[in-house]
Amino acid sequence: MVLRSILLSPASHITLSMGFSDIYSMAPNILGSDWRSGDMRLTRIRVTSKNSKLRLKVIMESFRLPKEITIEKPKEDGTTDDFRRMKKRFLDFKSDIYMRNAEHFNRLSENQSPKFMVIACADSRVCPSKILGFEPGEAFVVRNVANMVPPHENGPSETNAALEFAVNTLLVENILVVGHSRCGGIQALMSLQNEANSSSFIANWVRVGNPAKSKTRSIASHLDFDQQCKHCEKESINRSLLNLLSYPWIEEKLKQGKLSIHGGYYDFTDCSFEKWTLDYTKNRHSNTGISVKNREFWS
Amino acid sequence: MPPHPVVDPPNPDLTTRRSKMAIDPCEEAISGLKKLLSEKKELTAEAAAKVRRITSELASATDKTAERIRAGFDHFKKENFEKNPVLHGELAKGQSPKFMVFACSDSRVCPSHVLNFQPGEAFMVRNIANMVPPYDKTKYSGIGAAIEYAVLHLKVENILVIGHSACGGIKGLMSIPDDGTTKSDFIEDWVSICKAAKAKVQSECKDLDLADKHTFLEKEAVNISLGNLLTYPFVREGVLKKTLALKGGHYDFINGSLELWNLNFNLNPVTSI
Repeated sequence: MVLRSILLSPASHITLSMGFSDIYSMAPNILGSDWRSGDMRLTRIRVTSKNSKLRLKVIMESFRLPKEITIEKPKEDGTTDDFRRMKKRFLDFKSDIYMRNAEHFNRLSENQSPKFMVIACADSRVCPSKILGFEPGEAFVVRNVANMVPPHENGPSETNAALEFAVNTLLVENILVVGHSRCGGIQALMSLQNEANSSSFIANWVRVGNPAKSKTRSIASHLDFDQQCKHCEKESINRSLLNLLSYPWIEEKLKQGKLSIHGGYYDFTDCSFEKWTLDYTKNRHSNTGISVKNREFWS
Repeated sequence: MPPHPVVDPPNPDLTTRRSKMAIDPCEEAISGLKKLLSEKKELTAEAAAKVRRITSELASATDKTAERIRAGFDHFKKENFEKNPVLHGELAKGQSPKFMVFACSDSRVCPSHVLNFQPGEAFMVRNIANMVPPYDKTKYSGIGAAIEYAVLHLKVENILVIGHSACGGIKGLMSIPDDGTTKSDFIEDWVSICKAAKAKVQSECKDLDLADKHTFLEKEAVNISLGNLLTYPFVREGVLKKTLALKGGHYDFINGSLELWNLNFNLNPVTSI
């Protein structure tokens, strides 16, 4: 017998895989006296243990002698609790969603063809799958600090790599940039005093939003800080929409009418959502501000 | 920083979740008709033309962007936001997620579905192939900004990097020629973050078929990203002090399975000689 591998799986479950040849049988609960003796050959054992050390008795056909293997269980700390919780959630997802929509997931497993690309903030409160109800297969999603799209001339970023894939390979029909209330990234942007000298990653990243900050300061400086931030959150979305136009392959698709660009703002203080669409033909001829259409407000 | 909320997120067991997904009926019909066309080769030319015409009529009827996201928002408001007023009241003041999650942008693998993360639970970064570049203030600094915010400001306790099956980004990485020539503006540069994993696959997995090589690379790339997390001093410090745990994962949507693992990192006490 060769012990092939020990896979420490979540929580107290430990799976052993052994190199027997022919017969596969699953042992029942091995603790205590629930052994089946005789000609049992084991290829996989799943064991439940409540003790900190696990003693395993393995009966082998060829030797007819028990062998003891001692395995240290992972410590009882948050790590195993986290894995236990994630395991339960995954199994619930599998039974409630995956198995009940098996045909859909089968199609999806072959390829994805989402109609939407969504750029949203990494904030834990604003996942687009939750707040806008995108189901598996519907939206290709990028999430970063403050849902920013840097312009083409800034060079490579994780956001524009994803844009290139979504627009040129997946051929999404819509790009939706979703901002939100009380955004920590925008607050950081508005609070920065002397960005050029800042050594933090956050400062280096949020300076993509400097044009939005300047515009906010020029028209909303009479408002208090929180209101200015709210203004900047929306201004930054529009700046990102304009930055999208700096990518030639995006502009090409807009010209052909194969792509639409939208902005969205989720306010979780009163659960409202505002959406608007970039009016491409008007923006093409304008250097000042942004032209939008189809503005809607839901609350 | 805003105060941390003290309320637990909604119990995923009690939150009403659609078990029958709200798949657009038009999309289902189009998909069914396309399948019919490809499978039933014996369809007469006339019947095939009719099927194509119906498919294109249906396709034009599905251009209902605003309606689609409105329906999703209304469902969230009714079934989640309004049913958990205490939680959402606290979240309006601030967030204190225990998790930071790196997941792929792929439309099929959102952790809010697969692991049912509720609002407030996970600070989530999504990019192509769920990659974490090493510490660099100038290149790909957006990732560093997210990690810095999560670890230093939100004080998350876990960072989970979760990969998945049939990952287009990983396939792209495998396909980059050995001479390094690229066809894209940004994609190949991005996925090359995990080129060390590709080198490992090429040397250790010669006997595997291509699909298995991809799977191996999907998981090994997660490990590269976990290692890259340790190049951020604030992450390393958290891991050594045991205030931060790093975890890897792989979601296989073809077989409906999930693997999770820990990264263990320790520095033993220094011995002076």
